[in-house]
Amino acid sequence: MQNRVISKKDLAAFVDALIKTKDAGEVVGIKAKDGKFNFGPLASAAELRLDYDISLTPPKKYFFPQIETVLKFKLGADPKPEPVVAEKTLCVVGVHPFDIRGIMLFDAVYGGKDPDPNYFLKRNNATIIGVDCLNPNPKSFAASMGTATVNEGFDLMLTDIGDAYFVTVGTTKGENLLKKHAKAKDATEADEKKRDKARADALKKYQVSLKMKAEEIPALLTANWESKVFADKASTCFSCGSCVMVCPTCVCFDVQDDPALNLKEGERYRRWDACMLTEFAKVASGENFREHKEQRFRHRMYRKGKYLLERYKQLGCVGCGRCGIVCLAQIALPAETYNLLKEAK
Amino acid sequence: MVMQLTAKQSIHLPRTAELVRVETLSAREKVFEFKFDDGKELGHRPGQFVEISIFGVGEAPISITSSPTHKGSFELAVRATGSLTNKLHTLEKGAKVGIRGPFGNGFPLDTLKGKDILFVAGGIGLFPLRSLINYVLDNRKDFGEVTTLFGCRSPQERLFLGQLADWNVCKDMCFIETVDTCSDDSWKGNVGVITTLFPKISFDPAKTYAVVVGPPIMYRFVIAECVKKGLADDHIIMSLERRMKCGVGKCGHCQINGLYCCQEGPVFTYAQVKSLKEAV
Repeated sequence: MQNRVISKKDLAAFVDALIKTKDAGEVVGIKAKDGKFNFGPLASAAELRLDYDISLTPPKKYFFPQIETVLKFKLGADPKPEPVVAEKTLCVVGVHPFDIRGIMLFDAVYGGKDPDPNYFLKRNNATIIGVDCLNPNPKSFAASMGTATVNEGFDLMLTDIGDAYFVTVGTTKGENLLKKHAKAKDATEADEKKRDKARADALKKYQVSLKMKAEEIPALLTANWESKVFADKASTCFSCGSCVMVCPTCVCFDVQDDPALNLKEGERYRRWDACMLTEFAKVASGENFREHKEQRFRHRMYRKGKYLLERYKQLGCVGCGRCGIVCLAQIALPAETYNLLKEAK
Repeated sequence: MVMQLTAKQSIHLPRTAELVRVETLSAREKVFEFKFDDGKELGHRPGQFVEISIFGVGEAPISITSSPTHKGSFELAVRATGSLTNKLHTLEKGAKVGIRGPFGNGFPLDTLKGKDILFVAGGIGLFPLRSLINYVLDNRKDFGEVTTLFGCRSPQERLFLGQLADWNVCKDMCFIETVDTCSDDSWKGNVGVITTLFPKISFDPAKTYAVVVGPPIMYRFVIAECVKKGLADDHIIMSLERRMKCGVGKCGHCQINGLYCCQEGPVFTYAQVKSLKEAV
C-alpha cells in the first residue's frame, strides 16, 4: 500500500474530521493527564499528545473494559439469563507499537476455539492509528523485546519526521480514511529514510535493556525455577496487583454476580483480576496453589517470559515498562528479573 | 483476524436446568440431579466438569458424577464449602440453575479401552471417579480387570452408600474400602489409610492403568505405591482441582504452570504432572 506524508497541521485536521464525522466511530486518543498521559475521548485534535512516552493504562481497556457486564438474569423461579455484549466502534489514536503487540496477544487469547464476543464486538470494529514511540519512558525496554516497532496490527502508523508525520498504511480501511479525510502526499524514498532514521534514533534512547536476546528468556526461566532471585525480589512485594492492572498483556478476569437492590434481577460482570493478588489461585476448600508471594512473583515472570509464548507464539511481555513505573516496591520490571537470572548463572 | 460473532455466542451464557432430585450423602455432601429445560443431553465424557450458576450468587466449577451412559439427566455431587455450594445445598426440587459446559478433557477413554483399571478414590475424589467407574461397568466388555479402592476418613464420611453396597457384591469389579480411623464398633471393614489396601491387590503393570482422584496429600502417597508396583508414569492418571472461572482458557485462574486445568486438564497423567512444578 502507498505510504503517505502528512503535515502536522493536516494531521490535526484529519483527526478533527474523524471526530466530527464519526466515520470510524468515536475517537479516543492519547491526552495529557496530571503531568502524565492516558487514553480518553478526544474532543479535538488539540488534545492529542503524540509525543508521549507512555500511557498510564494500556488501550486494551477499550476492548476489555476494567468492568464489563456479561449477563443479565431474573432472580427467583425463572432466571431467563441473557447475554450482554456491548458493541462499540472506536478509533484509537496514538497507540504505541508495543501496545499494538499487546492487542495482538489479546486477539490470540480471546480468539481460539472459544472466541469471546464481548471482546471481538469491540475489537473488530476498531480502527487503530498507531504512533512510533520516539521518547521512550526510562523504564521501557521495548527495544530489547523487539516491540519498539511493528509491521502489522494497525490501520495507520504515524512517525514524527520533524515537520510532518510519515504515515505507514497498514490496511485498506486506513487508506480509505486517509483518502476521504486527509490532505496527504505520497511518501518518497527520502521520506521513508527519514522514518527509518527516526525509529533507529529512538531505539538508542531506551535506558533499560535485556542482557540477553528476548528469545533466550524461556530457556533462562526453564533453567531457573529454583532460583532464589524470585524470593529475593518478591520479599518486598505488597501483593497489590498494580503491575497487572497497568499491563497491556494481562488478560485475566474474575466473574461476580451483582443482584439489583430490588432483588428481582441481577447482572453478572467480569473485571480485571491479578495473579499477584493473594487469593487468585485459591479454591473453595481453602487450598491456595500459589499461597506465597514468591510463587506468585515467579508465576508472573514465567507467564510473561514463557507460558504465553508457548501457548500463543507471542511473548507475554512487550517491554512497555508500566509495571516498573507503578510498582511501589520497585521489583516488577521483568527485564530486571531476567537480567538477574542471567547474571546469576 | 475478523471474527463474526453474535451475543448469543457469549462464553458466559449458561443453559438453564431444573433441579429434579436432591439426595443427602453425608453431613456436608449432597447429590443434585438436573435436567436441561431444552430437553437436551449434557453430552459429557467422564472426568469433565460444568460451571453451575445460581443466579445472583455466582458460578463455580463442579465435576460431573453421573456416567454419560445415564441418559435424560445428569448429577453433580457437591460438598458445601464455598458461597455457591452452600447456597446450592439449600435448593429444593424445582429450582432453576444455569449450566455451562461440559468443559475439560475428561478421562482418556480410548487409552483405557481394553486395559485393566485400578481406580483409587479418596473421599470426595469419588465424585468425578464415579462417572468413569459406572461408565466402565456399563460398558464392561470393553475393559479388562477392574479394581476399585475407596478410602474415607471415617465411616460417617462414606458416600453413595447404596452404590457402595452394589459395588461390594458386584461380580464385574473387585471393590475394597477402608476408613482412616474408626472410634466405634459400627464399622467391620478395613481401617487404615488407603495405601494400606495396596498389599491386598495385584495387577499386571504392563496392561493396567491407575486412575486416582483425591486430595493433594493422597496423591503423594498413592502415586508412590503405584510406582512401587511397577506402573509407568503415563499409566497413572489423575484429576486436579483448580478454580476455573471461565472454563474456556481465558480467565487465567486454573493455570498450572503453562497449562490450563480447564483446557489440557483437569485429567493429567503422572508423567505430565511430574514436569508441572505447581501441580500437587
